[in-house]
Amino acid sequence: MQYLSQKVAKPYFVAAIGLFAGQILFGLIMGIQYLVGDFLFPAIPFNVARMVHTNLLIVWLLFGFMGASYYLVPEEAERELESPLLAKILFWVFLIAGALTVVGYLAVPYASLAKLTGNDVLPTMGREFLEQPTITKVGIVVVALGFLYNVGLTILKGRKTVINLVLLTGLAGLAVLFLFSFYNPDNLVLDKFYWWWVVHLWVEGVWELILGSILAFVLIKVTGVDREIIEKWLYVIIAMALITGIIGTGHHYFWIGTPEYWQWLGSVFSAMEPLPFFAMTVFAFNMVNRRRREHPNQAATLWALGTSVMAFLGAGVWGFLHTLAPVNYYTHGTQITAAHGHMAFYGAYVMIVLTIISYAMPMLRGQTAANSRRSQVLEMWSFWLMTVSMVFITLFLTGAGILQVYLQRYSAQPLPFMVVQEQISLFYWLRLIAGLVFTIGLGAYIASFFVGRTEPEAVAMKSVPVTA
Amino acid sequence: MHETFTKSMARNIYYGGAAFFVLVFLGLTFDTTHTLPKRDNRANLTETVALGKKVWENNNCIGCHTLLGEGAYFAPELGNVYKRFGNSTEAIKAFIKSRPENGVPGRRSMPQFHLTDQELEGIAQFLKYSSEINTANWPPNIQG
Ligand code: HEC
Ligand code: HEM
Ligand code: HEM
Ligand SMILES: [Fe+2]
Repeated sequence: MQYLSQKVAKPYFVAAIGLFAGQILFGLIMGIQYLVGDFLFPAIPFNVARMVHTNLLIVWLLFGFMGASYYLVPEEAERELESPLLAKILFWVFLIAGALTVVGYLAVPYASLAKLTGNDVLPTMGREFLEQPTITKVGIVVVALGFLYNVGLTILKGRKTVINLVLLTGLAGLAVLFLFSFYNPDNLVLDKFYWWWVVHLWVEGVWELILGSILAFVLIKVTGVDREIIEKWLYVIIAMALITGIIGTGHHYFWIGTPEYWQWLGSVFSAMEPLPFFAMTVFAFNMVNRRRREHPNQAATLWALGTSVMAFLGAGVWGFLHTLAPVNYYTHGTQITAAHGHMAFYGAYVMIVLTIISYAMPMLRGQTAANSRRSQVLEMWSFWLMTVSMVFITLFLTGAGILQVYLQRYSAQPLPFMVVQEQISLFYWLRLIAGLVFTIGLGAYIASFFVGRTEPEAVAMKSVPVTA
Repeated sequence: MHETFTKSMARNIYYGGAAFFVLVFLGLTFDTTHTLPKRDNRANLTETVALGKKVWENNNCIGCHTLLGEGAYFAPELGNVYKRFGNSTEAIKAFIKSRPENGVPGRRSMPQFHLTDQELEGIAQFLKYSSEINTANWPPNIQG
């Protein structure tokens, strides 16, 4: 760690991991509700558990992105953060606003929360992923502005590296696109049209810039490969992301009342969206193969390689699976969507946040470069447990989805939704088991921060294979 | 990557490509906005329907159901429930009104929302309006 102000990243990472645990707890609750329909009903209805699950996911990823920025921006800009105090204040504002919102979801019926927070003044609630009360949304905007001011000034006054500029573009885009969550017309089609400007243009647009720049930063650090090469790759990846992903939004405009030319545009452009993810995989493996040094933090390298592979599988392969209009006609809004949503979010955004945490946390906790061997071994176990179980969650949901599509939408005698759900429940049992294994993996991950603290730091092996 | 392909070339593709496709996207948005009146059933967007959309949102129906295929996958698609219920807003209202307070034992349950008659009429009209949006023949059949 080269700058004192990088330290403010630490509470952000700690909060991210804590909220991650909460997210998974509610995932398990829903996993049970899929099988035992009235589990915890009416105390925690399914929709409430789902809001908590998805909103915690988004909030902890945002904590992760902010922590990542506070850590890497000063190092790239070669100066201290503009205002560490502001970063600390915004941390508490964001954490308390987030906690109050979740308490609100759980403590009172959603309709009461809407009333309590004056949703009728500016109705923005009750839409998937954007369930937060309007005042929470305003809070998010305020935190985002303060955060952008802080890292923006640091970047502009310091050394302007490609990584910093791409990261800043991604973060600014994230904030600007979120403003569309305040637009909620009575016209359902228009509502849905602009809803995707938040959701799709986030995960298949600006967030890819954030993903790419964090990955590039970690790869420079752990491989020692020349910055020029890494930056060129970064430009290629984000160019492909935006060239395919912007018009690719059209894969959500097939069946919501929008004109039918979107079936062509959406299919063709989104079919190319796997390219940037594929490039990321090639990039990560190439850089690690061409490494100029052995970094003692092998866990961080594993996460960096893992995120590139899993993002390609989840977003690229599972996205492509249902992105062509004639396929999507049958799979739209089924368990296929859930399968893809899980692996894509995990592979791309969960894993990149865990990558930067893995790289930065040892330094933030006073090590010189890495955790002890023992701690790293446990962390790598958690990597495999979580990643493999997520692969299985995805496969089981895909199985459920294929049967659902066939029984409900494709066979000669289409069956009602509830009947079909009953028939495919075996897959939901298997998903629940995989979810329990995921939870064990998460437990191992958290434990890895506490074991081997008294043991010596891992050291790099000397031999440097000079291949390629 | 080869020496002939330089970083500044990559950068130019990024800036040029992104700017170009942002503009194309805005152009398509403009065209979509002008085509929508023919497809989005706005002629039937009455005050009752607008109230219904608010009821829909204030009770987070999307947290269990899909609507035109978007939302949660725990409960039936509602974009075409008006048609599935025999083109009857009364049947929709009766279903919502009759949900037991404590759920259905062992079965996926829908909450009792205690909606007023006006709110019930709103939500039913909103679901009728949704079923009349031109969705390019989606869903494939009446089961949603
Ligand atoms: C906690 C989850 C949940 C929420 C929230 C919810 N529903 Fe439901 N809904 C269900 C389930 C489960 C069924 C299927 C019930 C059954 O078949 O026994 C259902 C069925 C329906 C049906 C009948 C569909 C059919 O084809 O049989 C309608 C209409 C409906 N819900 C409307 C609504 C409206 C309107 C709201 C919001 C005010 C809402 N639901 C909120 C879970 C929910
Ligand atoms: C990391 C990047 C990505 C993430 C996090 C992600 C996540 C998601 C999520 C959560 C949904 C469900 C949205 C909803 O609730 O309605 C979704 C839908 C969808 N995604 Fe992705 N996605 C990513 C990349 C991609 C890519 C690259 C493609 C195409 C190649 C793709 C194709 C689709 C399609 C077609 C749908 C609509 C599914 C439906 O019709 O129900 N996604 N995505
Ligand atoms: C890091 C791990 C996880 C991530 C990133 C994640 C992400 C998500 C996302 C993005 C959605 C919305 C999906 C969509 O709209 O298509 C979702 C819904 C859901 N998740 Fe997870 N999740 C994770 C772990 C789990 C686990 C372990 C379980 C249960 C065992 C679980 C169960 C569910 C369920 C049941 C839903 C609701 C699906 C529906 O709408 O019917 N999740 N999750
Ligand atoms: Fe998308």
